[in-house]
Amino acid sequence: MSKAALTTQPSPLAPTGVEVYPVTQARVIKSEWTKLRSVRSTLWSLLAAFLIVVGLGILICAARASHIDRESLRDRLTFDATGTSLAGAFLAQLAIGTLGVLLMTGEYSTGMVRATFGAVPRRLPVLWAKALVFAVVAFVTMQIAAFIAFFGGQAAFSSKHLDVSISDPGVLRAVIGAGLYLMLVGSFGLALGALIRSTAGGIATLFGLLLVLPIIVNFLPSDWSDKINKYLPGSAGQALMSVVRDHNSLSPWVGFAVFCGYVAVALAAAGFLLVRRDA
Amino acid sequence: MIEARGLIKRYGEKTAVDDLTFTVTPGVVTGFLGPNGSGKSTTMRLIVGLDAPSAGSVIVNGKPYAEHRMPLHEVGALLEARSVHTGRTARNHLLALAYTHGISAKRVDEVLGLVGLAEVARKRAGGFSLGMGQRLGIASALLADPATVILDEPVNGLDPEGIRWIRGLLRGLAAEGRTVFVSSHLMSEMALTAERLVVIGRGKLIADTTVADFTAMASTNLVRVRTPAFEKLRDLLVVAGGSLAPAPNGEAPEVDVLHIAGLTSAEIGDVAAAQSVALHELTPVAASLEEAFMELTHDSVEFPGNEGRAA
Repeated sequence: MSKAALTTQPSPLAPTGVEVYPVTQARVIKSEWTKLRSVRSTLWSLLAAFLIVVGLGILICAARASHIDRESLRDRLTFDATGTSLAGAFLAQLAIGTLGVLLMTGEYSTGMVRATFGAVPRRLPVLWAKALVFAVVAFVTMQIAAFIAFFGGQAAFSSKHLDVSISDPGVLRAVIGAGLYLMLVGSFGLALGALIRSTAGGIATLFGLLLVLPIIVNFLPSDWSDKINKYLPGSAGQALMSVVRDHNSLSPWVGFAVFCGYVAVALAAAGFLLVRRDA
Repeated sequence: MIEARGLIKRYGEKTAVDDLTFTVTPGVVTGFLGPNGSGKSTTMRLIVGLDAPSAGSVIVNGKPYAEHRMPLHEVGALLEARSVHTGRTARNHLLALAYTHGISAKRVDEVLGLVGLAEVARKRAGGFSLGMGQRLGIASALLADPATVILDEPVNGLDPEGIRWIRGLLRGLAAEGRTVFVSSHLMSEMALTAERLVVIGRGKLIADTTVADFTAMASTNLVRVRTPAFEKLRDLLVVAGGSLAPAPNGEAPEVDVLHIAGLTSAEIGDVAAAQSVALHELTPVAASLEEAFMELTHDSVEFPGNEGRAA
């Protein structure tokens, strides 16, 4: 027992006395980990994202493998065996991003936030703990899914000798990129959820920025849109996932850093407002 | 110990809490009374730092709530009935709160037993009745063995057995030397459990006093006089400085009964004796807490600018 512990005297309300310790970041992390794994819908969302990455990835690889003989030369030349096996990430980002938003907005919609901030009135440790716990869980689950999808997909391609090896240039980086991208989408959702505090608003903002904004930018004159598009959160983050680099996208790690920047700004803004707004 | 000093909370144009200054001391149950919408819940949110005051301050056990290293050990609060994620079981809800303060799972099971939720500990809180939700809220308030307990309308949704249990619990907490601050809009409930009262209306302090003093202050104490010489005595007493009052506590008026304010029963007896008027009854009547409350909060609504009543 640390010196900071405080053991209360036995009373009818605490027959054996209660050991109480100061609130620390580590204790808040343990609390948030308990919260994350004790809500069934969270586990279902993670499972859904996992199955989408694995199942959709392998399914698309199998479809491509069986059709490749009938595809045009151009299609065959631009074929990206790694990217194709990771295609499920584009759907899974909906599940993981929504989950990120809900982890924060669920606190507000259920009233749980009053208990949470009652226990941790400084509030910021809650945001950091939630972001950390979810980032780790999302990364680990999505990374495992991405590896399974990659190896499963390459197995499907091997019959047509289209498969690539994990040790080929850029391949490992792209597979890890899928895990990192999904982790950041989830974290971005969590930060936006904390900022906006409404589930519908948070989800709309997240996918508005990730999916809709690039479409709108594409309506601009093309020399503008080419310059802008690669800096948008979605395209920047996805740069890390592709082996075949599009001349209009940022280099993989620069893109990743730009997406990290968006998430960091959103988290910082959420933290700034979290301690200033009434709960 | 809770000390509010000049506490003000505005939401846009509306002033929910208007310059509240009061102290809640340990060792007794302090009732927090006011009509619905008078600012009780807002005040409680200010105490535990969920809302920031627009002006003034409130400190708990010597510090603002957020500055305590073990906040749940300082204040256990039951705020609005539902401060629980509906998808989580009662036990996991409490575990998540307990871990922030390094409190063991054993203690979680102990408080679940204490509030009578042991059997539904592994059921999701979303399916709980209002009463079970209240019990879970009370369990989280008691979790860290707090020095100060704040309960917002704890008897809401409880059955008679649960209400009796709460009364015993509140007295027990106070008897152990804790600060107990309980809001209610039900006077009768406070009359049974509270020793001190903080009374507010429209966000303003009406009284910070004992239950006994509050009743005395609110009521013009009346004396019931039964006499066969009704008119004669009435006129004599008015001349002596008394005034006629309607029958209190919802009593039906009787033809031979006077209710007199402004004179003590001794003075009335002396007047009657001096004029040889027969008295068949001479009884001091204290207004009930309910009436005292109605009278004071009614005034606070009618004359919102009148601060003369504040203790």
